[in-house]
Amino acid sequence: MNALLQPARLRAALPVLSLLIVVLPMFYLQPQTFSYFGINTLISLAVTIVLATMAQMCVITVNDLDLSIGSFVSFVACVGASVLQQSTVLGIAVLVGCVLVYCVIGMLIEWRNLPSIVVTLGMSFVWLGLALLLMPTPGGSTPEWLQQLVQWHMPVIPLPLVAAVVIAVATHFFLMRSAWGTLLRGAGGNGRALARAGWSLLWARGLMYALAGVFGVLSGLTLVGFTTSADANIALRYTMISIAAVILGGGEFVGGRISPCGAVIGALTLTLAASLLSFLEISPTWQIGAQGVILIIVLSLRAVIGRTRA
Amino acid sequence: MSSTIVSLTDIHKHFGSNHVLDGLNFAVESGECVGLLGHNGAGKSTLMNILAGTLAIDSGEMRIGDRKVAAHSVNDAHLSGIRCVFQELSLCPNLTVAENVRVLHHGLSGWGWRKRAARLITEKLDEIFPDHGIRSDAVTSDLTLTQLQMVEIARAFTEVDVPVKLVLLDEPTSSLDSTTADQLLNYVQTATARQQAVILISHMLGEIVRAADRSVVMRDGRVVATFNRGATKNELVAAMGNVAAETHGSAPARTSNTGELRVDLAVKGERVTARKGEIIGLAGLAGHGQTEVLLEVFEQARRGSSIANGTVAFVAGDRVRDGVFPSWSIGANLSISATPRLSRAGFISLESEAALGQAWRERVRIKTMDMNQPILSLSGGNQQKVLFARALAADADIVLMDDPLRGVDIGTKLEVYRLIQSEAEQGRTFLWYSTELDELVYCDRVYVFRSGHVTGCFSADEFSEDKVIKASFEEVAL
Amino acid sequence: MSPFLAVRTTLSKPWLWSYAGALMVWLITIGGVRGQGAGGIVAAALAFSVFLVLVGLGQMLVITSGPGNIDLSVPSTITLAGVVSMQLMGGASQMIVAGALAAVAVGIVVGTFNYGLIRLLRIPPIIATMSSSFLIQSMAISYNEGARAAPPSTLVAFANGRLMGVPYTAIGVVALAVALGYVTTRTVYGRSLSAIGQNAGAARLAGVRVERTRYFTYAVCAVLAALTGYLLAAFSGGATLDMGDDYMLSSIAVTVIGGTAVAGGRASVPGIWGAALFLFLMVAMLNALGVGAGLRLVITGVLIIGIIIFASKPKN
Repeated sequence: MNALLQPARLRAALPVLSLLIVVLPMFYLQPQTFSYFGINTLISLAVTIVLATMAQMCVITVNDLDLSIGSFVSFVACVGASVLQQSTVLGIAVLVGCVLVYCVIGMLIEWRNLPSIVVTLGMSFVWLGLALLLMPTPGGSTPEWLQQLVQWHMPVIPLPLVAAVVIAVATHFFLMRSAWGTLLRGAGGNGRALARAGWSLLWARGLMYALAGVFGVLSGLTLVGFTTSADANIALRYTMISIAAVILGGGEFVGGRISPCGAVIGALTLTLAASLLSFLEISPTWQIGAQGVILIIVLSLRAVIGRTRA
Repeated sequence: MSSTIVSLTDIHKHFGSNHVLDGLNFAVESGECVGLLGHNGAGKSTLMNILAGTLAIDSGEMRIGDRKVAAHSVNDAHLSGIRCVFQELSLCPNLTVAENVRVLHHGLSGWGWRKRAARLITEKLDEIFPDHGIRSDAVTSDLTLTQLQMVEIARAFTEVDVPVKLVLLDEPTSSLDSTTADQLLNYVQTATARQQAVILISHMLGEIVRAADRSVVMRDGRVVATFNRGATKNELVAAMGNVAAETHGSAPARTSNTGELRVDLAVKGERVTARKGEIIGLAGLAGHGQTEVLLEVFEQARRGSSIANGTVAFVAGDRVRDGVFPSWSIGANLSISATPRLSRAGFISLESEAALGQAWRERVRIKTMDMNQPILSLSGGNQQKVLFARALAADADIVLMDDPLRGVDIGTKLEVYRLIQSEAEQGRTFLWYSTELDELVYCDRVYVFRSGHVTGCFSADEFSEDKVIKASFEEVAL
Repeated sequence: MSPFLAVRTTLSKPWLWSYAGALMVWLITIGGVRGQGAGGIVAAALAFSVFLVLVGLGQMLVITSGPGNIDLSVPSTITLAGVVSMQLMGGASQMIVAGALAAVAVGIVVGTFNYGLIRLLRIPPIIATMSSSFLIQSMAISYNEGARAAPPSTLVAFANGRLMGVPYTAIGVVALAVALGYVTTRTVYGRSLSAIGQNAGAARLAGVRVERTRYFTYAVCAVLAALTGYLLAAFSGGATLDMGDDYMLSSIAVTVIGGTAVAGGRASVPGIWGAALFLFLMVAMLNALGVGAGLRLVITGVLIIGIIIFASKPKN
């Protein structure tokens, strides 16, 4: 029992606990949500936020913050509903280009020692502007193949749930267990040590940002696969939620300490909290406030349990 | 059969107008331990960085083995079997010990890399530091400073695909206690016996005398003297150019003190007390509770409790972590603790601040022409002096010192000892945590710590190094 | 200090470039419209930039207090203060002072709450202020249920009034900026803030009153945001639920472009005005050149990045 109550373990259990606290009342109040259809509906849009959270986590791993992820995902959604629809090849080329841009941004930040907050702030204007140029008014339509892919009715277990688990496991394996992921985390822990050991921090940061770009692209594509049309503002709120989810999941802003599984759970918790509130018939006025309350409660619990660094 | 691992001929290196290396000639053969000595600013760190590949030479010739090297990079150094353990630790705190091994070795990847890394580091730790008790899956940030140093040293000796030929150790024992330092120096002998080479940079002359086959003394960017094994400490010090050599043990007789009681802290096993005008030493192996006592006294004094009576100031040992404000000037760094006194209604008087800076610059002999220069323009020893001046300028009744002279050159140390004595004579109380036995002679009373307990308390007359060492190792039932 | 050295020291100050940028953009604009209304553009710039400066000064203090410290509750505080003060005044001129005090009170409460989250619950500032912003936004929404209150006419006159072409509000905020500049460089609070921003642990050990300084910082930032809400609502004819939205990212932008170090420890007060003017004039210039919203945003973003690159030094 003593081993179970160790601070590290309790802190790791917090994200799971908070998810259960949100999910169990939901199943109690509306038992039919615990069904294929129910889970599918609840988690569908959560997957897009999970992916955005993974992107944010990659950037946080190298001690940076991405204030542009929301507008980036919106831009990708707009591309998906316009360029991709007209020409698959051109659409994919644009999206690959976006990932390269992210990589270059990361390298630029490393090379000139720029504050990521400012650079991503600037990029958030850029992505929003590009989205507006592409789609001045909401509209467009998602290609059929993308809709079918994203909304595929998987037998037995809903696709969104499987997707969330796969994302968590794959990212965990890469970042926490593999030799290369460990190296990238080390870049966040002590970049100088890595440089002294002969690694290129330029590539380390560039790679993490590129990975963030990939997650961002996936997030935007799944989003537009569900909503079937897009607008430039569709995912702006993802920026704040993704930061909150990474922290909720046990990640820290500085030091390269992150938890992929925790971040996924955190993203699910925050998204499902909104649904819980409508089940509890709490006025929409307070839905946004409730997300703040959840964050505060979970973080105070963490402070109570043990040392919090960050 | 020895061969030259690396040789440097007529090396010059500039940092701006600062001629850091001025015609340096240096070579290392396999199977030898070379001690590298010199004041702060002599060029030792620069030499080390050049060998490590983190700095490029401006002119001169560098050879590795028989090969002439044009541009030496970090990867070149690694592939040539050169490993460096810098003073600032190069471990990633968020990674485990085994994962940090992977960081060093580019080839350590692929299936099962974690097990291989764990095995490598554990075997090496067992070899160098028997009974180390460090788990390879421990997260680095959970380790003590001593353990971190052990891991870093052991890691440097690990081999994956490239044999280790030369290991540079920069002040490796600064965070080790006497047992582990002893183990390390023994291992240096083992390593040289199997034809590896070690360069040992240290301020601890005893270590150099014991471990080095050859001692090289640097001054002003070049080698000024070379001694073979058998040279005495005094010969080495004289070559470094310091006239005021061993004056330890000439501290004035401490008279017993009946001044007001300023500190009265109950620590497991004893009460730590300090009166007005006393210099109290906290001794023992590194990391056994001394800093905690200092911080507790700091807290209590700030709260105004009966445990610590009076105003308090703290002199940091780790100046980067606890002391220096890097964006500020020397003057601002010095005056920060005194700002309440220099201000009226919250507004600081710039004239008073400047006057304070000048006064302390002279008193402490800070080597700068202009107190408005950035603090980082000073050498490490001088930065430490500024931190001392800061604590003293705060005019506090109790001054807490967290082993602030570790790694500082002997000249600065002697100046600071004089300062402490004169301040104590004027009634200031000093609580001085020091890991160097030599410094404890200045104290009225020494408390020896082991595992957070006080295992020995010696007044100035009772004091002897042997007693302190014995108390440092006394096993405590926890 | 010799005159040459004085000139060189001044030229190396980071905030100077923001004024240079503002000047350049203004010149391009009046060049583009052939010199017409040049004075009017400056007056408009001052009138609109006032709000961003007021918010930016507060954000600057928070950013200076430590690496990565940002107050994300600024937009929602603007909204809540605007809503609360307008409702309280109910259009009555004699309630103007009460309205201002109500705004200040909102600021103090928000600042205290933020600090409480950070200190008691040991939550990082970005997250703490983000969480509280969610709560504050909800409160503003619920408080606003009902008719939209119009600001008192005298207050509207003040908020829009000018003295020889310079808005009253601008005069006030310039004076505030000068005072704050003095505070950050010459007071115990200012030194403490800079010390904490560079190394909070070392500051504590050096005797700096860390917690007191931090509390003051968050309180002042929230109060300035609240006053911005009060004035902005008066300026625009009433409070709306999205009135604070623009100020989230731009308060950070104006602080950084103005030369304050994002890593903390170095505040640059003069730069806030320069950066705010620069941003406004740039938008005006692009509008005058007929550039659409999308392209304008892209150019703004690229410019922000360009500026920070220009102001930076490569890693050694």
